[in-house]
Amino acid sequence: MGFSRRDFIKKTAIASAAAAIGVSVPTKLKADSRQLAKSGWRWDKTTCRFCGTGCGIMIATKNDKIVAIKGDVAAPVNRGLNCLKGYFNAKIMYGADRLKKPLLRVDENENFSKNGKFKPVSWQRAYDEMEKQMRKTLKELGPTGIAIFGSGQYTIFEGYAASKLMKAGFRSNNIDPNARHCMASAVAGFIQTFGIDEPAGNYDDIEVADSIILWGANMAEMHPILWTRISDRKLENPDRVKLINLTTFSNRSSDIADIEIIFKPHTDLAIMNYIARKIVYEMQDAIDWDFVNKYTVFATGPVNTGYGMRKANHPKFTDKERETVKGQSSKVISEAEGKTLSYLGYKEGDTMEMKNAKGAGKHWQISFEEFKKALEPYTLDFVANLAKGDPDEDINTFKVKLEVLASNYIDKARKVTSFWTMGFNQHQRGTWVNEQIYMIHLLLGKHAQPGNGAFSLTGQPSACGTAREVGTFAHRLPADLVVKNPKHRAFSEKLWKIPSGTINPKVGSHIVKIMRDLEDGKIKFAWVQVNNPWAATANTNHWLKAARQMDNFIVCSDSYPGVSAKVSDLILPSAMMYEKWGAYGNAERRTQHWRQQVTPVGDSMPDVYHIVEIAKRFKIRDVWGAQNIPGLEGGLPDVLPKAREMGYKPDDTLFDVLFGNEDAKKYTWPDSVGEGFGNTEAVGDKRSIKGTMGEDWKGYGFFIQKYLWEDYRKFGIGHAHDLASFDKYHEVRGLKWPYVDGKETQWRFNSKYDPYAAKQNYGDFAFYGGALKAIPQGDLKGVTDSTKKSLKNKAKIFFRPYMDPVEMPDKKYPLWLCTGRVLEHWHTGTMTMRVPELYRAVPQALAYMNPADAEKFGLKQGDTIWVESRRGRVKTHVETRGRNRMPKGSIFIPFFDEKVLINKVTLDATCPISKETDYKKCAVKVYKV
Amino acid sequence: MSKIGNYKFLVLRRIVQICILLLFWGTNHFGWTVLKGNLSSAKVLDRFYLADPFAVLQILATGTIVSFDIIIGVVIVVIFYGLFVGRSFCSWVCPVNIVTDMAAYLRRKGLGGNKYLKLTRSARYYIIILSLIMTVILGVAAYEIINPIGFVVRGVVFGFGIGGTLLLVIFLFDLLVLKNGFCGHLCPVGGLYSLISRYRLLKVRLDNDKCSSCMDCKVVCPEVQVLGIVGKKSGNISQGECTNCGRCIEVCEDKALRFKLF
Amino acid sequence: MQNKSKISRSDLLKGLVKNGGLMMLGGLPWAAYVEENKEEEFVLRPPGAIKEDDFIKSCIKCGICVEECPYDTLKLAKASDDALTGTPFFTPREIPCYMCTDIPCVEACPTNSLLKDLVIDKESDKYNINKADMGVAVIDQNNCLAYWGIRCDACYRACPLMDEAITLDVKRNERTGKHAMMKPIINPDVCTGCGMCEHACITEKAAIFVLPKEKALGKVNNDYIKGWESEDENRIDSTNFYIDKNKVDKSTLDYLNDTESLLNDE
Repeated sequence: MGFSRRDFIKKTAIASAAAAIGVSVPTKLKADSRQLAKSGWRWDKTTCRFCGTGCGIMIATKNDKIVAIKGDVAAPVNRGLNCLKGYFNAKIMYGADRLKKPLLRVDENENFSKNGKFKPVSWQRAYDEMEKQMRKTLKELGPTGIAIFGSGQYTIFEGYAASKLMKAGFRSNNIDPNARHCMASAVAGFIQTFGIDEPAGNYDDIEVADSIILWGANMAEMHPILWTRISDRKLENPDRVKLINLTTFSNRSSDIADIEIIFKPHTDLAIMNYIARKIVYEMQDAIDWDFVNKYTVFATGPVNTGYGMRKANHPKFTDKERETVKGQSSKVISEAEGKTLSYLGYKEGDTMEMKNAKGAGKHWQISFEEFKKALEPYTLDFVANLAKGDPDEDINTFKVKLEVLASNYIDKARKVTSFWTMGFNQHQRGTWVNEQIYMIHLLLGKHAQPGNGAFSLTGQPSACGTAREVGTFAHRLPADLVVKNPKHRAFSEKLWKIPSGTINPKVGSHIVKIMRDLEDGKIKFAWVQVNNPWAATANTNHWLKAARQMDNFIVCSDSYPGVSAKVSDLILPSAMMYEKWGAYGNAERRTQHWRQQVTPVGDSMPDVYHIVEIAKRFKIRDVWGAQNIPGLEGGLPDVLPKAREMGYKPDDTLFDVLFGNEDAKKYTWPDSVGEGFGNTEAVGDKRSIKGTMGEDWKGYGFFIQKYLWEDYRKFGIGHAHDLASFDKYHEVRGLKWPYVDGKETQWRFNSKYDPYAAKQNYGDFAFYGGALKAIPQGDLKGVTDSTKKSLKNKAKIFFRPYMDPVEMPDKKYPLWLCTGRVLEHWHTGTMTMRVPELYRAVPQALAYMNPADAEKFGLKQGDTIWVESRRGRVKTHVETRGRNRMPKGSIFIPFFDEKVLINKVTLDATCPISKETDYKKCAVKVYKV
Repeated sequence: MSKIGNYKFLVLRRIVQICILLLFWGTNHFGWTVLKGNLSSAKVLDRFYLADPFAVLQILATGTIVSFDIIIGVVIVVIFYGLFVGRSFCSWVCPVNIVTDMAAYLRRKGLGGNKYLKLTRSARYYIIILSLIMTVILGVAAYEIINPIGFVVRGVVFGFGIGGTLLLVIFLFDLLVLKNGFCGHLCPVGGLYSLISRYRLLKVRLDNDKCSSCMDCKVVCPEVQVLGIVGKKSGNISQGECTNCGRCIEVCEDKALRFKLF
Repeated sequence: MQNKSKISRSDLLKGLVKNGGLMMLGGLPWAAYVEENKEEEFVLRPPGAIKEDDFIKSCIKCGICVEECPYDTLKLAKASDDALTGTPFFTPREIPCYMCTDIPCVEACPTNSLLKDLVIDKESDKYNINKADMGVAVIDQNNCLAYWGIRCDACYRACPLMDEAITLDVKRNERTGKHAMMKPIINPDVCTGCGMCEHACITEKAAIFVLPKEKALGKVNNDYIKGWESEDENRIDSTNFYIDKNKVDKSTLDYLNDTESLLNDE
């Protein structure tokens, strides 16, 4: 072969050159493991706080203190193993600067002042101020004036409580999680393709796949334990199992890969179409026609959809920023686009008006012939020249790699699993590229079977379990329901026992828009829960200023002081992971619960408490009257009369209706599942905290977490989102939903494994998801017949073209900037940067750079540099070695380091459909400090 | 003579000594390029090196060939002191001098100890020999490991360690045990400068006609034996041990002493 | 000096004995201190340092290398440090050598104690920090998390010569049946001893640490060559077995003549 194949076996054999002291002698295992248990230690199962893998953790406590942790050997995901972050799960809770008291900005007279200094206050004082500020905003702006920054790291109970409070209580859809930044494109891809969210497969695909293809997923660092499973699969049969790593720079996942494909940012769109073209034009035999005809239809949508930015005439933009944001309105067709968009009549030099920026998600059915026609330009020559990401690589080598990639998919004898994470999702055409991977798998009939499937990995521990399944998004309700759909609203109102018409039908502000609304004065009360949006949102210079210089009130519930706490007005101390009851859902639909292990530190309280307590401050007559909603004709109706009919009194609080109702009180505490464990929310704890009403906190008196769970799970039962009972999860190591008749589901949409698919009686497969399942007919250029045709049980094979990203390197800003994570740190680093060992391991976010680029810009290893875009700049150091080896023209800077606040530099362009920010590409320059 | 005039060399010396330390310190802390390193060896203006002849002598004694840079550095130093300013290193550059002068001053004020120890001023030459012998035997520059000058300068430039206490030992030794004990009797660095300074150009000259034999000069002189001709005859103070500190000139009410070139 | 001639022969002798004695008195403890101070076997020197024995001879203790170090990695040994007083050294767990490509410490050394030739590519005459030989990393396998199966390999990712100086030995984890272990393995021929791995190691006390090569590495006899590695011949220059061809060894005769001990059970 023409390309340099990494010799896997040879690498592992370097063992012979070991210089190591100490011979590891396996300690003889004691006959009975119970003898090992130390007296007075209580072991209990929990999960890891960090990534979406969802490893099981065992935690030992004694006298209300954590004494040890270990990997849970009974957990199917990790079988007792952890990564180096998991190793520190206990230590992250005990950083020196844990937040312990509510802190409020006050002036000399102890009154709140936007320009005041933080001072410790009581919970009561904190909530008095919150109530006052919330009322002020509600009065001025109505329900759309308030917002919650939610999280993919919420426990399910927290996410559900926050969502219920906002949607059923305050009638505001302005709750959106940081998971928008990580999973929204995957969600949009799922909904548009299958009509239902989340992957068909599960981690067991790894052990049966013959080809494992990574598309923008550096699993070696971001999913460390899954990576050991992939490595094990590779070792099991090194000749048979092939691993291909598609990435924009060389990373650690290339270590055991057979092929590393370095492509130019955004050209994954073209590579996908090359594979599809190869199948459709050259290898038609490879198409699983039975599958395609029975279970799929072809579809496409508009391309002039913009890039999810505001219009260039927005007053807060600088002229430099406008150079890029003008692309939101129109763009000049580039040479490559002249080819890839020729099916729409565009040629190089034409101007495309972004007329469909608002209707980016609409799509229509097309014929196979139309689909085929659109793929015509994606020849090997064209795509190789467009996509080759390493200028130093020989074009022929690159072509061979693309061919091998295609043949790995096409080979009928191979089971193929594709994995992706942020490379696809954080993408200005993120939904498209998600749809494209299904295009390939569906064309080949390689989906929803063991070892065969496109598998979207999640980044956060409960991006699936909370953000997506609970639906803490601006447009969603639990279990894939959406606020736009009147039936969904009615169903939710029924379950929540609230008057019909309560739920706001207008989609709220997504997380980037919440920031923009703060800057525009459209939101004046914002509450940060379990995330760090001022560090994590792209183009954050705008948002930092908006928080500090605009008239608004920002509350931050957090455990450590980070950037978001710093720009807030009120900080509420949060209990951490093992200081509260919780549940997370990982990337393979596995839901895992844990018990509260210890009493929270200081006066910190679980986020469920933060959320539920504010409900006590508002009566339904405060919020259920008629409400004006900008852009919603007629506004929200007055539902108080209906509420009265339902037996509610106007003076009932939101707490009484939503959280402390008769249903809730049925879940009594103590409960056998919690025997021997504390429950700060239910009965208080040994600290006797003064509560938000000034009372000695003695708890709600009922098992609120169990209530929230059981209340929530009603949404999914019978709707292919079935979850098990609260107690069940404390007997097992997690369950993959849908959980039907005492069995979890391994492969969805496959009648052999999925009872919901079998129930359709449609065949071996049934893509039974119900969303967007009736679409108009058309051709490549648009809709020709707007009558909607039902696609029951079918998935869609989308054609999506290649388009350039809105900002590309040029003379002034000659480098691509990609951001991301490192194994040692979690997200914005508020937890892991406080573990001295992890801090020392990776103390600073460095600018990974090609040595030739460094030389070109007059820099050398270790130099202090400015990295500057049209939006802002940060100072860091040059790294030409190390874990990420950049091709010429690209740099990588991770985002964990508050001192290198890289999101001052990044561009807040999003996928127009999913509204997920593209953190992987913008143009920067570098120069010596 | 004005009061200031009485101390003009002393003040100037202190300024020079402190400035040199400051240059070393600042170079390390602020990245200046005037004087990098310390008194063992220093890089001047990022161009050329200076080197301590005694340190280099010890390196040679280990059997090591020294670099050309260092040879040039030693030659510059030897020519500068040996041919021009004599043993001025000790009174104008070396920071230990500040401490031992202080001890001597306190002694003169009656705070010092008695003569517990009688030691020949030639001890330093024996120590030179001993240093070199030990260096040959041990294979490592033996005196450099205990050299208080090194401890002090490194302490100032890079931070003091336990070695800094050596300075206190010298102070107490000079104060309580032996007058001008360290610089005047023991220090082999000064000793080596003494050996090469006999034919220097800058010397103190005595005009015996003006001398009233008050012997004030001998009270302040740290190397009192070099003033043997005072009150006897005019002439140059030519012994290498003279550090050209100029204290004798300052205290001489008769103006019988002065610096002279040639 | 003038009355030198008046010193009698016996005075001279007395003086010599007395002064010689005094020199012994001062010299012996001094020598003991010097000897103690220089016997620091685990000290790590800057890149390009010549052999330790020669280094402590030639280093003039000027500290210019320390001043040139942009990362404050290098320190000048104080009396209490584990290195010859006044000489430069570094402690990787505190600050490792970041392997500057322009090696300012070597560039600045006036005495060639840090020798350019050792860190220069002969062909290009340019610095190549990868040739530095400050020490070698060793792993305490019992306390290395990666050897337990934990996905750590923080050292590997910290290594500036990743995949060369540290490689990952990927082996199946028989205990779990479906994961792989990724054990770091050090290649001493490539490892520069910079200590980035030791610095990054996340265990309480580093389970990977740098030692001087003389301390960390063994040495095989130089009369045996790996038959399976053609390059291995280059390891050896010459081997010289010495045996006196003519002399009949006395012990041989003694042994042969001592039949008594064979016969006697006692």
